[in-house]
Amino acid sequence: MIPSVQGPAPDGAVVLDADAVDLFMPMSLTVAASGHIRHAGPTLAKLRPDAPMVGRRLLEVFEPRRPRGVGSFADLRAACGAPLVMAFRDQPRTAFKGHGQALPDGGMLINLSFGIGAVEALAAYDLTGADFAPTDLTVEMLYLVEANAAVQADLRRLTLRLDGAKSAAVEQAHSDTLTGLRNRRALDMALQRYAASREAFALMHLDLDRFKAVNDTRGHAAGDHVLQQVAAILREETREADTVARVGGDEFVLIFYRLTERRRLARIASRLLRRLSEPVEYDGARCEISGSIGIALSQDYPRPDPDRMLQDADAALYRSKRAGRARYAFAGEDATHRPDAGEPPARITPPS
Amino acid sequence: MHGMIIRSIQCFLEDTYGRPVWEDVAKAAGLDPEGFEAMMPNRETRTPDVLSAASQHLGKPRETLLEDLGTYLVAHPAMQVVRRLLRFCGPDFHDFLYSLEELPERARLAVPDLELPVLDLREHDSGDYTLTVTHYVPGFGHVMVGMLRAMADDYGALVLLEHKGRAAACEIVSIRLAEPAFSAGRRFDLRLKAG
Repeated sequence: MIPSVQGPAPDGAVVLDADAVDLFMPMSLTVAASGHIRHAGPTLAKLRPDAPMVGRRLLEVFEPRRPRGVGSFADLRAACGAPLVMAFRDQPRTAFKGHGQALPDGGMLINLSFGIGAVEALAAYDLTGADFAPTDLTVEMLYLVEANAAVQADLRRLTLRLDGAKSAAVEQAHSDTLTGLRNRRALDMALQRYAASREAFALMHLDLDRFKAVNDTRGHAAGDHVLQQVAAILREETREADTVARVGGDEFVLIFYRLTERRRLARIASRLLRRLSEPVEYDGARCEISGSIGIALSQDYPRPDPDRMLQDADAALYRSKRAGRARYAFAGEDATHRPDAGEPPARITPPS
Repeated sequence: MHGMIIRSIQCFLEDTYGRPVWEDVAKAAGLDPEGFEAMMPNRETRTPDVLSAASQHLGKPRETLLEDLGTYLVAHPAMQVVRRLLRFCGPDFHDFLYSLEELPERARLAVPDLELPVLDLREHDSGDYTLTVTHYVPGFGHVMVGMLRAMADDYGALVLLEHKGRAAACEIVSIRLAEPAFSAGRRFDLRLKAG
């Protein structure tokens, strides 16, 4: 049957036949004065294919949620014109938004839509675009939800890529290219962090002995190789939480995080010096170097100041060097120690 | 041109001909093969360079390549999102054709700075249409031919498509809808399947 619309009559009334109502409002309900559903629009009917609504009481099928306090069909009819929210009483308890109009026969015409819950509702039912009136923007809303999801997914990928690129750039900015150790900038940042955190730490300043001779006699390639070997030793002899930085041509600074026990540090320094003294083979030649070390401990200072600690470690390092190289010394002490000279004595005098 | 357009060419070449082909094409066009950020508007217009390089590398005319790109955007499994978004435009192919005019607007709803061509549809006799594709970069007409062919397939419609050439910034595509319901087509479920 072709839907028909008659009117406007002299009083302005427009008469829609049942098919026209279905066409314009595929989610509408016509309710009799008794409160029984007389007709359900085709899209609404599709939602309950096995339990037809027609013939049942409106408030038996739907639970009114708004306006509040609707206990009977008469209440609902009295509230005509106000926004209406109601939901199926059985599963899935889809909610609808709409409004109603009282009919002259004492019944009601109620037009519904899915409202904002459309995405969830459509996941539960088998509907197509043709089930919606062209004025209903539900399908457009679904389009937007999917378009938005696709764009969001792409943005997430972009964010991840940028984040990865940023980490790589930060890593690069904090690394020494030749050895892969931390650089001066990274060392300064770590020192600031530790000093501020008031965690105990030890600073070890290491300077290579006779490295210049290797560079001068065997060439820069040999020198680079030696530096890489040194870096490998420093990494092997320290823990993950420690910081190992190359701060000059043949100068290194090590930060031992939460490690300030003099005996342990003495053992580490001894091991480092012994290993650094082992000759490095390069291109058939033996490159021999050694190192000198100065150590400063954060607990020797009332308020650890990174610059002051670096200076004191540096001074201890030069005492080691003057005392004959391949030695280590603690800041604030006069003694220097050879790696094979056993345990250093307990600290006696505070650093000046 | 928007990064998304060059990015779609990259995906097309990678998914159709393989990653190495894309790398060669990108290098020949003087671009970083690592790819573009689809969500970033690219200031430089490198699209023509990429297309020329791809055409030369694959020994295919530009027009054919663009048509294949249009088909890829709809029919390739990796591009399900595009197919779905297009299917939202209308319940059948006839409605879809009429919704083409709102396509740039729909695209802008998703990606506000995406500049798609202006599309203008004229219906002559029943089943005969002319689509005018207007954009400052030539070639979108060929992309539309490939895309419309794939969409017709999707809807199960039988169409005859022809690119009639470009004048000023306008490309003309003639569309003959021979049989709106030629085959069952592919089902369009408003529900997005998980996964």
